[in-house]
Amino acid sequence: MMQPGFHDPVLDAQSGFRAVLEAMSRPGRVQALPPGLTPPAPLQPATAAVLLTLADAETPVFSDAGTAAAEWLRFHAGCPLVASPAAATFLCVTGTPPALEEIDLGTDEAPQDGATLVLQVAALREGGALRLSGPGIEREHRLHVEGLPEGFLAARAALAPLYPRGMDVILCAGTRIAALPRTTHVMEG
Amino acid sequence: MSHDSGFGSGGYNFAYLDENTKRMIRRALLKAVAIPGHQVPFGAREMPLPYGWGTGGIQVTAAILGPRDVLKVIDQGADDTTNAVSIRRFFSRVAGVRGTTRTAEATIIQTRHRIPETPLTEAQTIVYQVPMPEPLFRLEPRLAETRRMHALADYGLMHVKLYEDIARHGHVSTAYNYPVMVGGRYLMSPSPIPAFDNPKMHRMPALQLFGAGREKKIYAVPPYTEVRSLDFEDHPFRPHRADGCCALCGSATSYLDEVVTDDRGGRMFVCSDTDYCEERQEAAAAAPASETEDAA
Repeated sequence: MMQPGFHDPVLDAQSGFRAVLEAMSRPGRVQALPPGLTPPAPLQPATAAVLLTLADAETPVFSDAGTAAAEWLRFHAGCPLVASPAAATFLCVTGTPPALEEIDLGTDEAPQDGATLVLQVAALREGGALRLSGPGIEREHRLHVEGLPEGFLAARAALAPLYPRGMDVILCAGTRIAALPRTTHVMEG
Repeated sequence: MSHDSGFGSGGYNFAYLDENTKRMIRRALLKAVAIPGHQVPFGAREMPLPYGWGTGGIQVTAAILGPRDVLKVIDQGADDTTNAVSIRRFFSRVAGVRGTTRTAEATIIQTRHRIPETPLTEAQTIVYQVPMPEPLFRLEPRLAETRRMHALADYGLMHVKLYEDIARHGHVSTAYNYPVMVGGRYLMSPSPIPAFDNPKMHRMPALQLFGAGREKKIYAVPPYTEVRSLDFEDHPFRPHRADGCCALCGSATSYLDEVVTDDRGGRMFVCSDTDYCEERQEAAAAAPASETEDAA
């Protein structure tokens, strides 16, 4: 049988959203999502919770997580699944992300149409090699990310001159998340 | 009150709005935070109170509110005005959340036209009720045109308006809703807060969310984000404050309301922020004979 979704769809979505809002407001701060979700592999609880919290029939989702995960998302979130990254509001990526030029970055007049990349990584914790600055950050936040796809940060940085167009990233690992909105400047080392 | 199922309050979904609406508002809020100062359109719902009474703020609050939040609602700084009381009562009825008048106790503060005097912290979120989100609307009524101006960061018109103020009156004649630049990119209406409150928005540790129900726009300022009131090098921004002390608590730094006391021209100044004023009066009463001389 299909794996269950949120135990309490109303309050679990609320606490999930507050974690995502906090993550997006304070880029690089790691937020814990409530545990308890058992999505099909390779989806981890945080990735699944973020999508259940935000995706629905109005938001096309691109997923590279395989059939079981796609069926689970379709059933619990009711979201259309699309094959083309350009058509997606949310991209659920567990492997190598599609080329960032293929993703919808919005327009100068409607930059809010830029997609959100929900990127599953191996591990996340505060402190570490990535130095983040920008809105939401008092001086500098440090973030440690394991399993970030090669070249991803450089490709993301190449989008910065397009601001306010851009793509926002929610990094997920286990039950933890951290966000990199398009305004966040990331330096390595 | 318990909300195990989320459906605890007399047939209303938790926090009144249905889950599809909340998700739509939540998605708009996240994009608003990701693009500080940019107005994100959203599908504002009809609320059980008229436009102009905070429908935008209420929808934002409803979308973020959880059972453990403590909610403060102020109207022009006061916790005890009709608008503030009815919004607090609304959320206690449809979400069972605890209300407070104490700024320091609140996790969410919904406000109409003031920022509390007590500095906000990282653990708090402030939700502004916004009547007109478009800072350029008095200068350019066509929304298609203002969208283009925001896209191009073409804000010369606003500078000309401020310049004409200075040429005519010798100073910028805007006392409230004084336009700000957010993150050096977007011109934003701070909602009709007094210009006195504008500096509090600059690098505020709390998250600031703005909801305009009639105009169907949401925007945001993330924590520690630069918020600059527009000005000129030779005419720097000067927040205005009535020259006086609060007649009740004696504060010489808070924002003051002028209160007419009789029909013979009698008047006094009192703090606009009732919680700040009461806490100062209580502190003064607890530690007597300090600065209570001019207390009524």
